[in-house]
Amino acid sequence: MSARVSPEIDGAVKAQFPLLERSVHGRPIVYLDSAASSQKPMAVLDAMDDYYRTVNANVHRGAYEIAAAATEQMEQARADVARFISAPSADEIVFTKNATEAMNLVARSWGGSNLGPADAIVLTEMEHHANIVPWHILAAERGFEIRWIPITHDGCLDLTDLDRLLDGAKLLSVTAMSNVLGTLNPIPRLAAAAHEAGALLSVDASQYVPHLPTDVGELGADFMVFTGHKMCGPTGVGVLWARMELLDAIPPFLGGGEMILDVTKEGFRPNTVPHKFEAGTPPIAEIVGLGAAVRYLEGLGMDAVRAHEVSLTGYALRTLTDRHGDDITVHGPSEPAQRGGVLSFVYRDVHPHDISQVLDQSGVCVRAGHHCAKPLMRCLGVTATTRASLYVYNDTSDIDSLADALGEVGALFGH
Amino acid sequence: MAGLEDLYREIILDHYRNPRNRGELECPPAQRSEGFNPLCGDEVVLTFEMDGDVVTDLRVGGYGCSISQASASMMSAAVIGKTIDEIRDLTRSFKAMMSIHEESIGGDGTEALDGAGESDGSTDGALRLGDLEALRGVVKFPVRIKCATLGWNALATGLDETAEGE
Repeated sequence: MSARVSPEIDGAVKAQFPLLERSVHGRPIVYLDSAASSQKPMAVLDAMDDYYRTVNANVHRGAYEIAAAATEQMEQARADVARFISAPSADEIVFTKNATEAMNLVARSWGGSNLGPADAIVLTEMEHHANIVPWHILAAERGFEIRWIPITHDGCLDLTDLDRLLDGAKLLSVTAMSNVLGTLNPIPRLAAAAHEAGALLSVDASQYVPHLPTDVGELGADFMVFTGHKMCGPTGVGVLWARMELLDAIPPFLGGGEMILDVTKEGFRPNTVPHKFEAGTPPIAEIVGLGAAVRYLEGLGMDAVRAHEVSLTGYALRTLTDRHGDDITVHGPSEPAQRGGVLSFVYRDVHPHDISQVLDQSGVCVRAGHHCAKPLMRCLGVTATTRASLYVYNDTSDIDSLADALGEVGALFGH
Repeated sequence: MAGLEDLYREIILDHYRNPRNRGELECPPAQRSEGFNPLCGDEVVLTFEMDGDVVTDLRVGGYGCSISQASASMMSAAVIGKTIDEIRDLTRSFKAMMSIHEESIGGDGTEALDGAGESDGSTDGALRLGDLEALRGVVKFPVRIKCATLGWNALATGLDETAEGE
């Protein structure tokens, strides 16, 4: 049962994540919440530690040795991230606080200068609140229409009315992979349809970039956002990628130091891209950590990461069904190749909070709640789900522990 | 370290599996109050009837985890037949028991709870207080305190609105 599921990614990976050596309630930790935040490998922890111990200085304006080194490390990370998503230029990588701030930047800077009362944008029913609320806030100010692509019963986008929904719309903003259902959406097809209709495509890739080989050109995105802490990097750093002509055309988001070329009593001239969008001292150590995370994942190979997760997702779907039969229902696509390693499930009629509480006693970490996707919860007809999510360091033994611990839930709450 | 048996006491699981006073009263004449936990989406819908300042009937609707549902069920059993003032005393005592601070300084919450029960004067008052006491273990699981107080906060809001309307 503890066989390796991928020849490329094996048990040695788990050993590179020090947190996974600890125990919880006297049991070895079984971390199944990577869709919320991933654990960090030694390579990332060491890079950040080395930065603070040997390099730490503010970036961009210091002539002295360590300030130059800090700037160089930060800009190296920008180049690493650009390479990781096959961006044409490192200057198209804008560092933000997280994916949420990056999406707010798109809404505020692009939406704020392009959307008015006669306009419309298109979202989907499976979006994270980070790709809903910024548009609600802006729509309340500017009065444009928000249209919604519905979902099918098996948790995929229902594209039947796509052309009608896109007719006259200026933007389609969609998740590449659902953080609740694991559904992988057909981004290239959506890009083609959006562009055909004269709309831009914005992609929330927070759950995609950490898990699949990513090429912004192949995806056909105009804007793409993701976050560092779900891809082995630290919290506090996210990324906006956009085509240079868009970044050039839209106004700055936050104002302050670094984002200007000149400031007078009458006004200011914005700096060049990407600095125009990076007001204030950036999270330098976190950016350095993200660069190390990217190089770590490249070392594993993103094709191997994906292969490992497809295999492990298949094992999880089979194991949970074999062990718990009709007691368990997993939301989302049933075919592992059409989804990521995010398993939202219902177990009997036990509330997700109770499930996660009992699993915690076995050291099994899963998330319970609405996963910041309340419109989707309403579509599914539930108020909350229990979600187990996988990453490079998980193996079949973690899935077996989940299945075992669910048995204890059944024993406690059985009728 | 707190074990699950501190949280899922048998009497709590019993109230969860067999909730008391489940349902909804017609409004009006009944009044309605809702409690909502934005963290988990749990919802409790209380409908209650008053005769003067006495809550003569109360029904619990909504959905949620074992702790929020069991706590609301126990609350319904404890407050029917009590006056607004008695219920406010009981609510204060219950929330004191649910406070990490009160727990750490000793049994104040328990004494206040007993006092409220004695003032009730009904024969099964002690049994109902026993039910509420079973929720004491929730305080060892701070994330779940909001679950236990959801129904109580909804009732307090509803009674405040009733008092203001007079």
